[in-house]
Amino acid sequence: MTQRRSHQIGTGLFILLGFAALAYLATQTTSLANYRQGATYALKARFTNVGQLKLRAPVKIAGVRIGSVSGIQLEPDRLEALVTLAVDKRYDQLPDDSAAAVFTSGLLGDQYVALKPGGSPEMFKDGDEIILTQSSMQLEELIGKYLVGGGDAPGGDKSAKPATPEPETH
Amino acid sequence: MSDKPARGSLIGDGLAQIGALGLFLLQVLAAVPRSLRYFAETVRQVFFVGAMSLVIIMTCGLFIGLVLGLQLYDVLSRFGSTASVGTVVAIALYRELGPVVTALLFAGRAGTSITAEIGLMRATDQLAAMEMMAVDPLAYVVAPRFLAGIIAMPLLASIFNALAILGSHAVAVSWLGLDNGTFWSNMTGAVDVWTDVMNGVWKSAVFGGVVTLVATFQGYSTAPTSEGVAYATTRTVVYSSILTLAIDFLMTAFLM
Repeated sequence: MTQRRSHQIGTGLFILLGFAALAYLATQTTSLANYRQGATYALKARFTNVGQLKLRAPVKIAGVRIGSVSGIQLEPDRLEALVTLAVDKRYDQLPDDSAAAVFTSGLLGDQYVALKPGGSPEMFKDGDEIILTQSSMQLEELIGKYLVGGGDAPGGDKSAKPATPEPETH
Repeated sequence: MSDKPARGSLIGDGLAQIGALGLFLLQVLAAVPRSLRYFAETVRQVFFVGAMSLVIIMTCGLFIGLVLGLQLYDVLSRFGSTASVGTVVAIALYRELGPVVTALLFAGRAGTSITAEIGLMRATDQLAAMEMMAVDPLAYVVAPRFLAGIIAMPLLASIFNALAILGSHAVAVSWLGLDNGTFWSNMTGAVDVWTDVMNGVWKSAVFGGVVTLVATFQGYSTAPTSEGVAYATTRTVVYSSILTLAIDFLMTAFLM
């Protein structure tokens, strides 16, 4: 009887250890580790082109991660991409004229949303929309533009949009 | 049970073995609901095939991780991309190495002992005695071991993977000086829970079933002599290794 009991304890320990290992692998070594589900608030931004932006891509200010992309949809009436950003509650002091841009980390790396702080005294609130946006730079379009010689490339950046300060290459 | 063709062609023998294994699988699956009555027996088998395999699994996992870290660091440093050591190690482990190597070790550690045990039960007529006592050996002996294999293998593979990750971290970060944050952030950026981690879990569960099925089948249908048990044990390792690798290829092709 004691032998059976020690077997059961051993089995229990083994199963616990196995599930602990699985939980460790699943939460600490995968993309799940990147989004701690802290308190966030939502911001919206419209882009004419989001490029290769993916769900859970980082949102950064000055290169520091402050949140993640929580939704990418096409707006049926305006035919623009509506991107929802989940920004950490700690960073609630963002001026409401801040600009959003889709940048690429490195030349060919993953894409992320960069916010550029504005100067307005009003701050963004939950659900606000970022008016000033700059779409992702498409390498193919740029190459096309240079090859054709600066003609207006179709589907490029909306020139009517007030462009954010010169696009930085990271 | 010993209605195998005595001396047939190699192909005929092989086909007969495959057919017998398939029929045995159906019998075992049919016996699984009946075996739930002997749940304590399943728990005991999880202890024997799972908990008792921990030492070999953990040691081998650690060494596989150390070697992977060393090799990949060396190769990737030629391309200046040592930052992705963690990513490559994790993906290779979760998708292939973890489930497959664990299954091969499992066949050697647990499969052989299952075959030898059941083979000896057959040789000493214990299985016949059970039938006399109206205890179905499929439900009492075979199915619990089969279930235990399916339960234990994913857990063993996860433990194997976790130790291998720690091993490669030790080599790449502590020894060769890769940045700790780079190692983890590249890994967490590229590894996905469903396509990588869970993919390996499904695989290892299937491999656990395959290895224990082959092992119980070989033990159950062994020639009732000491020589027969010896052959059956060898065949367990050979067949379950081949089947594991073949099924691994099929599952990779379909799960990708």
